[in-house]
Amino acid sequence: MLTVRRFFATLGPGTLWLAAFLIVPALVMLGYSFLTRTDLAQVGGPWTLEAWGRVFGYDALFQEWTADNARVLWRSVWVAGLSTALCVLMGYPLAFYIARQDARRKNLLLLLLIIPFWTNFLIRVYAWILILRPFDLVPSLSATLLGMVYAFVPFFVLPVYSSVEKIDWRLLEAAQDLGAPPLRAFMTAVFPQTLPGLVAGILLTFIPALGTFVVSDILGGAKTAMVGNLIQNQFGQAGDWPYGSALSFLLMGMVLLGLWSYARRAGQKGLEELV
Amino acid sequence: MDVFKSFRSPSGGETRVLDDIDLDIRRGEFFSLLGPSGCGKTTLLRILAGFEQPDAGQVIIGGQDMTGVPPHLRNVNTVFQSYALFPHLSVQDNVAFGLKMKGVPAAQARTRVMQALERVRIADFASRRPDQLSGGQRQRVALARAIVNEPQVLLLDEPLSALDLKLRKELQVELANLQESLGMTFVFVTHDQEEALVMSDRIAVMNRGRVEQLGRAEELYERPRTAFVANFLGSSNLIEGTVLSVDGKGATVQTVHGPLRTTHGEGLRPGQNVTLSVRPEKLRMERDDETEGNEIRATVDDIVYTGAENQYLLRAGGQQLVVFQLNADIGADEDFDYEEQVALYLPPDNLVVLEEA
Repeated sequence: MLTVRRFFATLGPGTLWLAAFLIVPALVMLGYSFLTRTDLAQVGGPWTLEAWGRVFGYDALFQEWTADNARVLWRSVWVAGLSTALCVLMGYPLAFYIARQDARRKNLLLLLLIIPFWTNFLIRVYAWILILRPFDLVPSLSATLLGMVYAFVPFFVLPVYSSVEKIDWRLLEAAQDLGAPPLRAFMTAVFPQTLPGLVAGILLTFIPALGTFVVSDILGGAKTAMVGNLIQNQFGQAGDWPYGSALSFLLMGMVLLGLWSYARRAGQKGLEELV
Repeated sequence: MDVFKSFRSPSGGETRVLDDIDLDIRRGEFFSLLGPSGCGKTTLLRILAGFEQPDAGQVIIGGQDMTGVPPHLRNVNTVFQSYALFPHLSVQDNVAFGLKMKGVPAAQARTRVMQALERVRIADFASRRPDQLSGGQRQRVALARAIVNEPQVLLLDEPLSALDLKLRKELQVELANLQESLGMTFVFVTHDQEEALVMSDRIAVMNRGRVEQLGRAEELYERPRTAFVANFLGSSNLIEGTVLSVDGKGATVQTVHGPLRTTHGEGLRPGQNVTLSVRPEKLRMERDDETEGNEIRATVDDIVYTGAENQYLLRAGGQQLVVFQLNADIGADEDFDYEEQVALYLPPDNLVVLEEA
C-alpha cells in the first residue's frame, strides 16, 4: 500500500517536479492554443479554435485550406524517419563491433562516441557548414539529413550497445546446431535479443528528430523548414503563442500516438523493455 | 563402425586442448566422455558439433568426412548445458525450429513436435514460454528440440549438471531409457563419474586432452589401467611395489606391507616397479591376529558413517588405506573400534596392476 508518507518520500519529489515544470506549463500551453494573439508575444481572449484551424491548414474563418502545413509535417516525418533509418544502418553494426571488443578497446570506442558531447552542439552544427560549404551543400535538405544523422547516431548506438552486451551468444550456436544458416541463425537467436535496445534507440532518435529545429535551421534554410522551425518561429519572431502552442500539441500528439500504437502491439512487456 | 574421428593436437594457443584423440563410437550406443573440467571433453563435443575445428585430423560421422563442415549442415544435434532455448519462442516453436530449417511441411512437423514432447513427457507445456518452466522442464524441452530432428548423433553437454540431485537421478534413468528406445547414438559429456557409470554403454575417461581409458563401465571400474582412472572413477587404494616373481597364475609383488599376490600378472617382468590398485569395498577386515596370504596388519584410524556404509581409514606400513563396508554386512563381531588392530585381506583377484604413468 502506498501510504501518504511513503508517497512523499518516494514519488513526491519527482511528482512535484513534473507537476510544477511539465504538467502545469503544458496545461497553460494547451490553454494558450485556444486563445488569440493580441500583440507580439501577447495572448488574450476571446476563446477560439483559430490557432487549431491554422495548424490543420485553414484560414481564420475556416474558409480556405492550404497544404503548406501538411507539407511541413510530412517533411518532418519523412526526414526524421530517413535520418532514423540511416542511424539504424550505421549504428546497429557499430554497436556490435564495439560490444565485441576487449574491455580496453571497448571503453576507448565508447569514449570516442561520447567525446563530441564535450563540445557545444550549436558549435558542432556550425562546423558542418564549414565542412559542407566546399561541396555547395549548405543550405539543403541533404545537409540537414547529414547533420541529423551526425547528431543522433550516439543516441542510437548506446542503447543498442547495452542490449548487445547482454546477448546470450549460446543461442546462436543452438540455432546453427538446429540447422539454421548464419543469417537465419542471427535473426532467430540474436536479433530478438537486441530488440529492446533497437526500439529504445529508434525512439531516442526519431522523437528528437521529429522536433528538431537547430540542425534544420542552420543547415537547411527556409525552404526545408520542419515543424520544429515552424514552432520556434511562432515563439520567436512571429510572436504568435497560440499558434505555436497548437503546433506543439500536434507534435506531442503525433509522438504519443506512435508510442501508444507501439505499446499496444508489443503489449505490457514491450513497454517494460522500452523503459 | 559409425562415428570415427582421429585428430592430432588441436592447439589453442600454446596449450594442447586435445591431443591425439582416436575414438570410434558405435551406432546406437550411449557413449560418455568423462573427465574433470579442463580435460578437453567439451572441446571434443564442440568439434563433433562443428562449433570448433580440429587443427589436425578428421571427424567422420556415419562414414562421411565432416571435418570443416559448418554446424548447420551436420546431421548432429546438441543438448546444451545452459539449455539455450529461444526465449521469445514457445516450447513447441522451439522444438519445431529444427524441422522448419529442414523444410519439413508444417502439418507433419506439428505431429513430430508433439510426439517428441510426449516422449520427454512435457506435452502439457507446449504453448508455454521457456521462462515459465522450471530447470528440469527446460531440460526436457531442450532434449525434445534435439531428438525431434532424428540426428545421426545426439550430443549432450553436461545436460543434468544444473539440476538438483534428486531430479538429476530421475533424469539419468529417463535419459538412458530414452536412448535405448530411440536407438540413437548419444555422446554424453560429464564430469560426474556416477552419471557416466549409470547411463553409458561405453565410457572414455579423459584427462589433459587425452583418452586415458576406454571401455564399459565394469571394465573401467574393475580394471582401471591408470592411477587417474582408478581415482577418478570411485576411489582406490594405491600400493607401490616391485615384482618379485611372475608365474602362470599371476605375480607376487614386494610392497611395504610385505609380498602381495595378484592374479593380474600379464606382461610383468621380475624387478619391475608397479602400482597396485584395489577398491575400498573389495578389502576385508578381520579380527584374526595371525596374518595369512595377502593379509596385512592395520590400525583403525577413523570411522566415517555415511548411512549405507561405514568407511574405515586404516593405517598400515606408513600408508593410509580406505575400506568401505556395507552396513548390512557388518555383523556384531565386525563392528570395529578406533585404534583397533585388524587383519586386512586383499583379494589377489582385485589387486589390479596399473600402467606406469
